[in-house]
Amino acid sequence: MANADATPVLELTGIGKEFGAIRALHGVDMQVMPGEVVGLMGDNGAGKSTLVKIIAGNFRPSHGEIRFAGNAVHFNRPVDARAVGIEVVYQDLALSDNLTAAANVFLGRELKRRFGPIALLDHRAMAARALELFGELRSETRPDDLVKQMSGGQRQAVAIARTRLSNARLVMMDEPTAAISVRQVEQVLGLIHRLKEQGVAVMLISHRMPDVFAVCDRVIVMRRGEKRADKPIHQTSPEEVTALITGAKEAA
Amino acid sequence: MAMPMESPISFTNVGRIRWWQRGIFASQTGYVLLALAVLLVIMHFASPYFFTEGNMQNVAKNFSFIAIATLGVTFVIITGGIDLSVGSMMCFSAMITSMVMTELSAPGSPAGALFVHLAADGKTVIANVPGLILLISILAGLGVALIAGLVNGFCIAVLGLSPFVTTLGMLSIVRGLGYVVSNGRGSFPGGPDADRFYALTSGDVLGVPVPFIYLVILALTMAVVLHHTSFGRHVFALGGNEKAAELTGIPVVRVKIEVYVICALAAGLQGIIISGWLGSAPANMATSYELNVIAAAVIGGANLAGGIGGPLGAIVGCVLLEVIRNGLVLAQVSSYWQQTLVGVIIILAVLVDRIRSRMS
Repeated sequence: MANADATPVLELTGIGKEFGAIRALHGVDMQVMPGEVVGLMGDNGAGKSTLVKIIAGNFRPSHGEIRFAGNAVHFNRPVDARAVGIEVVYQDLALSDNLTAAANVFLGRELKRRFGPIALLDHRAMAARALELFGELRSETRPDDLVKQMSGGQRQAVAIARTRLSNARLVMMDEPTAAISVRQVEQVLGLIHRLKEQGVAVMLISHRMPDVFAVCDRVIVMRRGEKRADKPIHQTSPEEVTALITGAKEAA
Repeated sequence: MAMPMESPISFTNVGRIRWWQRGIFASQTGYVLLALAVLLVIMHFASPYFFTEGNMQNVAKNFSFIAIATLGVTFVIITGGIDLSVGSMMCFSAMITSMVMTELSAPGSPAGALFVHLAADGKTVIANVPGLILLISILAGLGVALIAGLVNGFCIAVLGLSPFVTTLGMLSIVRGLGYVVSNGRGSFPGGPDADRFYALTSGDVLGVPVPFIYLVILALTMAVVLHHTSFGRHVFALGGNEKAAELTGIPVVRVKIEVYVICALAAGLQGIIISGWLGSAPANMATSYELNVIAAAVIGGANLAGGIGGPLGAIVGCVLLEVIRNGLVLAQVSSYWQQTLVGVIIILAVLVDRIRSRMS
């Protein structure tokens, strides 16, 4: 299913990162295929967020190489990562509460119409496109509602719709299910399925074992800055992953 | 708003918020506007002089004297910042404008020789190019405001200092500079362009005071900028969630510097207009006006936490303050009560908004 396209969308080789004397990451290799959902797990301080920040362009790796869709890439800023097609849905979603859903989706890349020297916002086009995106994600979200008044699931949909705007090929989601209700968790997992259906690779960073086992094709476990396991989800179990995270089992 | 396109989503369990619970009807600006309307009706019955043409002109003129600066400070407040230096900025811009005007109009001086010559009688000063002195002196006044605004913006956006502290410092710096350049005496617009200056700042067109006309033009421009340009969108986003704004690639530093520059320019322009009405720019002009300006913005619904505000609110706040002041005078209440009442209204306006958001 995921191997229809043979080149991985993201390929890391020997990624390492040092902060002064502290070695946060060491020799991480991984591949993510198009349309694949990969769970990235690990305890606090295992190096998950450092890895995500390297892929997202917040940090530069001290060692190793990042290849995106077969080409070597060097990100200096998050904008560079976004330019090639990597989007991040942050844990706090990075939404402006006082703006509408459509405004948030288009924040920083508003659609405009030119009137001579002045460029005014094209509200109608943005609302229409946002509605389309919410439709694709099957989320009942109105483009002109304020984010302030929305449920956790709707907010998540807005944050994910933002990544669809640019036709991202890899979406990284940082703890998307950490602070929302059970019903909304269902919605979010549904949203991840929608992304997968459209051939987008998803990297899910989560502490919640049931969610990872519900949507992921593969799980990667990090511990003490190293990759300890990289297995298809049906060849492992929550017990084994827990053991890998805590260090009860060294590697698999 | 009717959606022109076919909706691909059916909303089974997400309700529509009623029209009267959205937009202006659910905002503090709406409530204060309503309170203002009620107040106007009360004033009409309380005093036969209130709705006379002369008094209305007076009210329009008086609130225009702080409203332009309020528009500027509203930009800053929407981003979640504050600018305490507006009062000092009004004074300094006005002072520089009239000093430059006087300087360029002195026939003997080296600078003056380029702009003016003496008439045949040896006394009357005539401008070489009519209006040029006026233009240059106003640009000089706005120029110093621009510099001060840039310094504010640089300290806050680039160096990361707190807006409160930075602009409190700027309040003192600019006021001090005003005393330095004028030696504490203040300055007067003079020379051949002075009449033109007075006409542009305190005259009227068909009975409408010119400051009011400037205000309307600037407020409409501001409404378009805030709601229909990406700059305006970014200003709101910054006030709503600064971190999110940064992550989505909004040029946060640039937007912040721009709002402080806009605020300083608005204050400068306001000061120049006030000095035209006063006929001078005394060194203690507009002292503590920053408090009136911020009070008007807050009463009109701008939220000091950021993310909410607009030109209508700014104007409504200014009008309310002025109507109360004017009303107290007409009702022959001691003018000392005015400040007390303004304070009560600030708290009431914010309180009503808080109660409303608790209820919904």
